[in-house]
Amino acid sequence: MRNYYLKRYLLFFSFLLLSCAAFAQTGTISGKILDDKRAELPGSTVKIAGTQQSTAADANGNYKLTGILPGVYTVVAQFVGYIPQQKQITVKAGVAVSLEFLLQPQSESLNEVVVIGYGSTKRKDVTGAISTVTSKDFQQGMVTTPEQLIAGKVAGVSIISNGGAPGAGSTIRIRGGASINGSNDPLIVIDGMPVSNDIIAGSANPLDMINPNDVESFTILKDASAAAIYGNRASNGVIIITTKKGRSGKPQITFSTQLSASNITKEAPVLSAAQFRDYVNANDNTTAGTYKSQLGTANTDWQKEIYQTGITTDDNISVSGSAGIVPYRISAGYTDQTGVVKTSAMRRFTGDVNLSPSFFTDHLKINFNFKGAEVAQRFTDGNVIDYAVSFNPTDPVYSGNSKYGGFFELLDPTTTTGIKSSAILNPVGLLEDENSHSNVYRTISSLALDYKVHFFPDLHVNVNVGFDGSNGMGSKTVPDYAASNLDTYKDANGVLYSGYYNAYKETYDNRLFEGFLSYSKNFKSIKSQIDAVAGYSTQDYKTTNHANPSYFANDVLNPTSIPNFPISINEYLLTSFYGRVNYIYDDKYILTGTLRNDYSTKFAPADRSGFFPSGAFAWRINQEDFLKNNPVISTLKLRLEYGVTGNQDGIGNYDYLSDYSLSNSTARYQIGNVFLNTYRPGAYYPGRTWETTATTNAAIDFGFFNDRVTGSADFYYKKTRNLLALISQPALTNFGNQITGNIGNMTNKGVELNLNGVIIDKKDINWTANFNVTFNQNKITNLTADPNSTSSGLQTGSISGGTGNYIQINSVGYPRNAFYVYQQVYGANGKPVDGLFVDRNSDGIINQNDLYITKSPDPKQYFGFSSDFRYKKWMIGFVTRASLGNYVYNNVASVTGTEDHILNSVGIASNGSSSVLKSGMIGSNGNDVLSDYWLENGSFLRMDNAHLGYNFGKPFKGAGDLRVSANVENVFIITNYTGVDPETSSGIDNNSYPRPRTYVLGLNLSL
Amino acid sequence: MKNILLKIALTAGFLSFITMMESCNKNKILLPNTETTSAQVYSTPAGYLQAIGKVYSAYALTGNDGPTGSPDIGGIDEGTSDFFRLFWCAEELPTDEAVVGFKDAGLPDFHTMSWSSSNVFLEGIYYRSLYQITLCNEFIRQSTDAELSSRGITGTDATNVRYYAAEARFLRAYQYWVLMDLFANPPFATENDALGGAPPKQISRAALYAYIVSELKAIDGSMVAAGKNEYGRADQGAAWALQARVYLNAQVYTGTADYTDAITYSQKVINAGYSLISNYDNLMLADNNLNTSENILTINYDGNQTQNYGGTTFLVHSAVGGSMPVTDFGISSGWAGTRVTSNLVSLFPANVNTSFPENGNPDTRAEFWTSGQNLAINTITTFTDGYAVNKFRNVTSTGAQGENLNYEDIDMPIFRLPEMYLIYAEAVLRGGTGGDINTALGYINTMRTRAYKGSTAGNITLTDLTTDFVLDERARELYWEGFRRTDLIRYSRFTDGSYLWPFKGGVKTGTSAPSYRNIYPLPAADLNVNPNLKQNPGY
Repeated sequence: MRNYYLKRYLLFFSFLLLSCAAFAQTGTISGKILDDKRAELPGSTVKIAGTQQSTAADANGNYKLTGILPGVYTVVAQFVGYIPQQKQITVKAGVAVSLEFLLQPQSESLNEVVVIGYGSTKRKDVTGAISTVTSKDFQQGMVTTPEQLIAGKVAGVSIISNGGAPGAGSTIRIRGGASINGSNDPLIVIDGMPVSNDIIAGSANPLDMINPNDVESFTILKDASAAAIYGNRASNGVIIITTKKGRSGKPQITFSTQLSASNITKEAPVLSAAQFRDYVNANDNTTAGTYKSQLGTANTDWQKEIYQTGITTDDNISVSGSAGIVPYRISAGYTDQTGVVKTSAMRRFTGDVNLSPSFFTDHLKINFNFKGAEVAQRFTDGNVIDYAVSFNPTDPVYSGNSKYGGFFELLDPTTTTGIKSSAILNPVGLLEDENSHSNVYRTISSLALDYKVHFFPDLHVNVNVGFDGSNGMGSKTVPDYAASNLDTYKDANGVLYSGYYNAYKETYDNRLFEGFLSYSKNFKSIKSQIDAVAGYSTQDYKTTNHANPSYFANDVLNPTSIPNFPISINEYLLTSFYGRVNYIYDDKYILTGTLRNDYSTKFAPADRSGFFPSGAFAWRINQEDFLKNNPVISTLKLRLEYGVTGNQDGIGNYDYLSDYSLSNSTARYQIGNVFLNTYRPGAYYPGRTWETTATTNAAIDFGFFNDRVTGSADFYYKKTRNLLALISQPALTNFGNQITGNIGNMTNKGVELNLNGVIIDKKDINWTANFNVTFNQNKITNLTADPNSTSSGLQTGSISGGTGNYIQINSVGYPRNAFYVYQQVYGANGKPVDGLFVDRNSDGIINQNDLYITKSPDPKQYFGFSSDFRYKKWMIGFVTRASLGNYVYNNVASVTGTEDHILNSVGIASNGSSSVLKSGMIGSNGNDVLSDYWLENGSFLRMDNAHLGYNFGKPFKGAGDLRVSANVENVFIITNYTGVDPETSSGIDNNSYPRPRTYVLGLNLSL
Repeated sequence: MKNILLKIALTAGFLSFITMMESCNKNKILLPNTETTSAQVYSTPAGYLQAIGKVYSAYALTGNDGPTGSPDIGGIDEGTSDFFRLFWCAEELPTDEAVVGFKDAGLPDFHTMSWSSSNVFLEGIYYRSLYQITLCNEFIRQSTDAELSSRGITGTDATNVRYYAAEARFLRAYQYWVLMDLFANPPFATENDALGGAPPKQISRAALYAYIVSELKAIDGSMVAAGKNEYGRADQGAAWALQARVYLNAQVYTGTADYTDAITYSQKVINAGYSLISNYDNLMLADNNLNTSENILTINYDGNQTQNYGGTTFLVHSAVGGSMPVTDFGISSGWAGTRVTSNLVSLFPANVNTSFPENGNPDTRAEFWTSGQNLAINTITTFTDGYAVNKFRNVTSTGAQGENLNYEDIDMPIFRLPEMYLIYAEAVLRGGTGGDINTALGYINTMRTRAYKGSTAGNITLTDLTTDFVLDERARELYWEGFRRTDLIRYSRFTDGSYLWPFKGGVKTGTSAPSYRNIYPLPAADLNVNPNLKQNPGY
């Protein structure tokens, strides 16, 4: 650790040295750069036209250009979002001249450049439903994965973190997703490189290798007209992540450090030791007192035993500037996080290099990006939280002797292992004994060449090559004394083996080559602007999995674990042609058309080619004469869009073939005296194709009072055909009864509203707010080949409690994953009557035919509200999100909140949800877990982040910029849900890793 | 002009480069390195063996990875998707022989006789049987003389493949019998129906009966002689045994009895040289692969090499709970699920004292664990309600534990000699010709002498030998081996009110159920995609 810091500071100082310049007998220009209200504009740049001399203003808006030879110069001051200003000045040797600039803001951010697929455009010329979030609007605080930067910031985009484990990712849904059994994850493009959503072994999340500090902006292509240029991967939307680039000028060094502490906000509500004693004493009716006899004297809060305060440090440094003609940005980051579940941890190093030189008087621009990361993680056993909920609270954590690592376990001297049959294990022992950790290395590198043809400057030739490679490896080790892996194997001599060791490795290799021509020309005479792009791209996705046998303690090979194939390779290729034409007439009417043709090797050769067209029209009404100088309406734009996109994710790479695969070493069959590895023909779906989503979007963008208030309202209708859905195959016609095929249709319709306002905009006081709301309605309109089918649908949403129970269904006429439950009957006392359900079809018996479909795990509406307030050097702000109408199946209560669980049939007294005190549930009926009693309204309002910052200004003799901040994440949640956290992407709450509340202190320093 | 030409040349060059690149990729067929093609598998005798191995293992395993990980059947928890566990649930749970406390989806419906056409377990056994048939059809298609000669497989190799193909036809007939018995009118396809084609037609129970009988007769000469095949493979003895079973139930399947053929074929098996092993207690133990004199065909499991959560692993693990010592069962942990009702217990003489595993009963077949268990069942989910069963144990006849504490070594006989004795006796009693009542009495007493440890104290006389006695004797000898539902239906006692047991029809004291429940419903999942199928009456 110390060593690491030393290296980093050496790097830091070497850049400082680089920036030193020689002084001569020359003059200087200095002054302030201010806005129209005379507020300082730190970071604005000043350049002497026709020279390489430039500088950036410091935190107080002061700049200084030195070493200028005497003469007359044109000085240009620039700042993002402001109109550049030029001034002429005469410089004399040894004289310091003063020059002040007052920059006028540009009419909102209309000229802001928006990154779109294969190019960029100006905000005012956008025709599709595109949202951008740039670094100034990102979520603050300890954000360790990049997608959390924009949580709650964009209408139509739902980002739900997958629990609170270090490095855990998020489930991202744009406009509800478009598929049922295919993938609903959006395509993610990082600096032009489409990356895979596949999670490499050892990684928790495909984006956790990206340092959030390196991200400059997110562009979200929400509708098909914007996304169709990404063809058969675009149905779930596209997220384009652009990382920070070098800026010309003298080196700027920024350093930030954060320290945070996290704690769980709430334990799963279970019986206390005292309540447990009372309950067992009151309800144990066995003559032998089976359960009473298990009451101990300890008072253990098992959840408290597995949780801890998680500490995270996060340090980043970056240097950006120009080395000769090469603008560069180099950054390094280090994150060290311990989770709130004991032993869980993550450590991440990231390094990022961006070089963006230009040659031949800017005819050839090169942009080179290299991102490297190493993430080391330690994972916890998935059963730990379950066991902490259920372990007898009257038992102690430690046994007082050394057996089983010193951990208390339920014992039975008659068993081989000494542990009671069917006993759950000590969760603390499980945490401390098992060591499952991984190291993942990833690099995303790209080289983009943009050549403006010398003799035809309207035409650019672009060539991009990209590489996204990962190497994940890890292992799990369990010592021979650990209760979890005792006596798992016996050899021919009757010797028993315990313990476990397995190492795994996976590499992932994604290569991109693309070339495209772009043409841009303004035909002033006919008031027309034409932009066109045509290109080709090929991408090769390859995953190589190295399977290793496992070992018992002391390196004894487990002979049943030897894999048939030490290496398995999974690969597909995507070859594409695409084009886009954008036509603007008179700066008022904009037409965009795109077409993509994709060939994917996931499908049979005859079915590979897919065409994805789109068209859009926008009318900038505020450019019309009747609105041009309107004092109120500054922006008014109407957009109409239609497009077709595809989705080919979430299916196998070779399923159009029926291949034979060999059974593994524990699935052999004895014929005679030989155990055979047998050949199984695979189920196949020869005619499978991508699913297709057609989206219609109509929208209005508006801005009032010189765009002090801006916003947009989008109305969309998405219809997905050829759904990738799990369907039954007629028996006897295939080597499988279910397969993911193309059956059915689904619609998503919705409204998105987005409002941004600058409420106060003064020199000392600035107050901004953003509000967004999304209404989305999802409905399955067909799921069978036969339109007259009476099929109730396909069950989904596996739950714990019994084996093979599902709580959700995909059914025609209902939203995806709607709950499918029995209707509970309640007694006169208002309590549920155990095992009694409404006979909904009145046939006298209760069976699957009485299940009914109700409620959806998806919210009807979700909101984001954030606001920032600045007073002089103080900043305060918050981000909140709300979700309404989302229902949650409380699986923790349904499985553990019954007498049958607490005094269970295997004869072990186990703790359970304290809901049992209220409900009195026995749980002896097999259908109890499917009761609608366990379904709860999961609506919530959560404050994701609240932050306070102070800007010290220039602490080092007028140089530098120092800011300190304090953040609280997951500040509070308001909900009626009785479990730990109602926010789940699946609608099933089953003891997931809790989202902690985190307190963060941060310091930012730039020089 | 020159500029334009240059522009065109540049553009053309760029485009041709692209075209060159894309033509390589667009039509490429990528193959996984871990899989192979049907042509490669069926190119060698070893490949044929591995393919017939899958046909067999389809009724032992749940998929390609043991114990789970790559399932054959979808829509059901993989651990519950093996053949014998599913068949056992369908045959035993709706009867007096078994209850189970698990809350698996659809499982409790067996006790209450309230299963619907969406029952996951019924769907499971339906698809499992039809899956094995699909594999049989494919193997038979690949094993014609023409295919063999085109692949250069000749001589002994070709002879072996022809035996495999006959066995595939036998396994197909066996699974069609399962479907005929449970679902009556399943879909039907043979090797002559191409895969991936139109949904198959439905076959009536009577037509399926005729097909099974004709198919078993047709392969008689192609099978290895009775008792002479390799362990685990079907031979003539298995084919005859299946015919005897089918004929015994002909009245149920077709409306016309055929007891004479039942006598003929059970006699053929009995005369083929099989004999009872000496100790009933050793029948269902970890080394029961030694019992080749009695077992006619077994489904083979192995604790280390043939792992799943069904079959005998289920039979042992789910039967162990309460105060039962897991080491005596050769396992590390019980699942505390299955027990018997008092009806089954009452078929045996009263207990004398307690001594594991026979419980001190003069009839050693009464392998009930009573300690800590109540005879009466108050709550089905309470493991200690109802006697537990220790008939299946993962220990060897010498007392050693099985190879693995989590997966059983016990092979499951699907045909064993005593069933033939019982078929013979019942068919004679029901008026079949060609048999002899004294011979039948002899068979029954042979069985009972073994049950009474060589003592004749349990022997019966001719006057005791009635059809009712045979039904009870079947329960005593064959309980938990997957016969009870079929037997009760043959005796018209499955659904009607003449014979009750605890929780029959969902009532603690037992009640009748509508007679349409003698046949299970075809799964809704297949009805929805196969318009040729018509649901069984009543559902």
